Amino acid sequence: MKLSYYPGCSLHSTAAEFSASTEAVFKALGVELQELGDWCCCGATSGHSLNSYLSHALPLHNLILAEAAGNDLLVPCAACYNSLKAAQTFMAGGSQEARELNQQAGQILEREYRGEVQVRHVVDMLADDRIKALLEERLQKRLAGLPLAAYYGCLLTRPPKVASFEANPEQPRLMDRLLARCGATPVGWTHKNECCGASLAIPQPQLVEQLVGKITAAARYAGAAAIVTACPLCQTNLDSRQPAGAEPLPVFFITEIIGLALGLDAAPWLKKHLVDPLPLLRQQGLLVAS
Amino acid sequence: MAEQQIVPSHQLVAPVARQSGQPVSRCYQCHKCTAGCPVTMAMDLMPHQVVRFVQLGLEEELLKSKTIWQCAACRTCVSRCPNGIDIAAINDALKQRALAKGVQPALPEVAAFHQAFLASVKSKGRVHELGMMIAFKMKTGTYFQDVPLGLKMFRRGKLRLLPEGLKNKARFRALWQGEKGGQA
Repeated sequence: MKLSYYPGCSLHSTAAEFSASTEAVFKALGVELQELGDWCCCGATSGHSLNSYLSHALPLHNLILAEAAGNDLLVPCAACYNSLKAAQTFMAGGSQEARELNQQAGQILEREYRGEVQVRHVVDMLADDRIKALLEERLQKRLAGLPLAAYYGCLLTRPPKVASFEANPEQPRLMDRLLARCGATPVGWTHKNECCGASLAIPQPQLVEQLVGKITAAARYAGAAAIVTACPLCQTNLDSRQPAGAEPLPVFFITEIIGLALGLDAAPWLKKHLVDPLPLLRQQGLLVAS
Repeated sequence: MAEQQIVPSHQLVAPVARQSGQPVSRCYQCHKCTAGCPVTMAMDLMPHQVVRFVQLGLEEELLKSKTIWQCAACRTCVSRCPNGIDIAAINDALKQRALAKGVQPALPEVAAFHQAFLASVKSKGRVHELGMMIAFKMKTGTYFQDVPLGLKMFRRGKLRLLPEGLKNKARFRALWQGEKGGQA
């Protein structure tokens, strides 16, 4: 099995460990990831905030490259995933604006968008039947009973008609199920998909600290020893902006937890975290010697 | 106390509906959006009021509001709206309208962030996070905010010193310049 891979800007920088753990997990499952050549930024929140044209044209650039490569497109970043899905919805709408954009992009990229490429988020892909079977063979229930809070944030489930691969976007379940399959105990909690403030962290750090404080307090209240995310910006905000006063909770990427359960060497990923997760993992006997 | 008289005008409904792609006239003020919005504590207009103000044509109040810049685009509103209205998309249309009309953003630091982000994408095709942060700080004068955090991230190899570029820059530029509207 082969997939095209769109890391996005954050995974080449602030969330490098999300990319490294994603690549390692899929490699361990025997799935080949081929990074999309010459991908560009999806525009993210700033794109749709200031420039509607770019919010469609930038993802379209990547969708056309992915169609040329011919495989399904694997996307770990929730914001990239959302932008790509939103652009697909816009193109599928068939408005005059969409048709003109496709013509223009077709001239520039020498290929028009056909609407054939499947865009899959990492969580969505890990829950896919084919991957699920591969996981079942190799996963060990190594996280015995570790209470973890699966945090979905916003852009994996909203807006439901555009982005959600969950049966109930208000009560997403797929990450909880993956955690349970690793032997961990996913906690029931109130802030699974409350917003962390996303990119407002840079212009308004105090506001984001307030939102992060509510999320981490809720996770702690539910008895979680750590939080698990599938979005580079959620991880960065939760990892870096927990308010002083309580012992900070480690914040993992879902692929890091799966990597641990597959027996992969997670130390190089986990060393990049700001809230050191190593003491918790040592305590659980979860670190492979490295 | 003299009450301000509002003379409803429908002039804003059509352009905002077109620009945002949202059926703004369907809103019947159930307030579900406002009940779920995570950042109302920092807003001067509540999300349901944004839609009502569009219906009433209160353009100046909207374009000068903090709310259109404060929206985190988390899309909780549209997920719960019984009429399927995406208020984040309306806020985007209003932000773009404010910039096009030269209205000073009520949250200049948020506008500066988005501008620094897009400038970074424009120059290389991908965001260079370190360069974008420096540009943002130069623009807003927030030189010392988050510096210890930045250093921590740098030490863990989370911030690249040099930007990455695309191989086919000409193709990317041509696509970028295809823009007809927008303010980036």
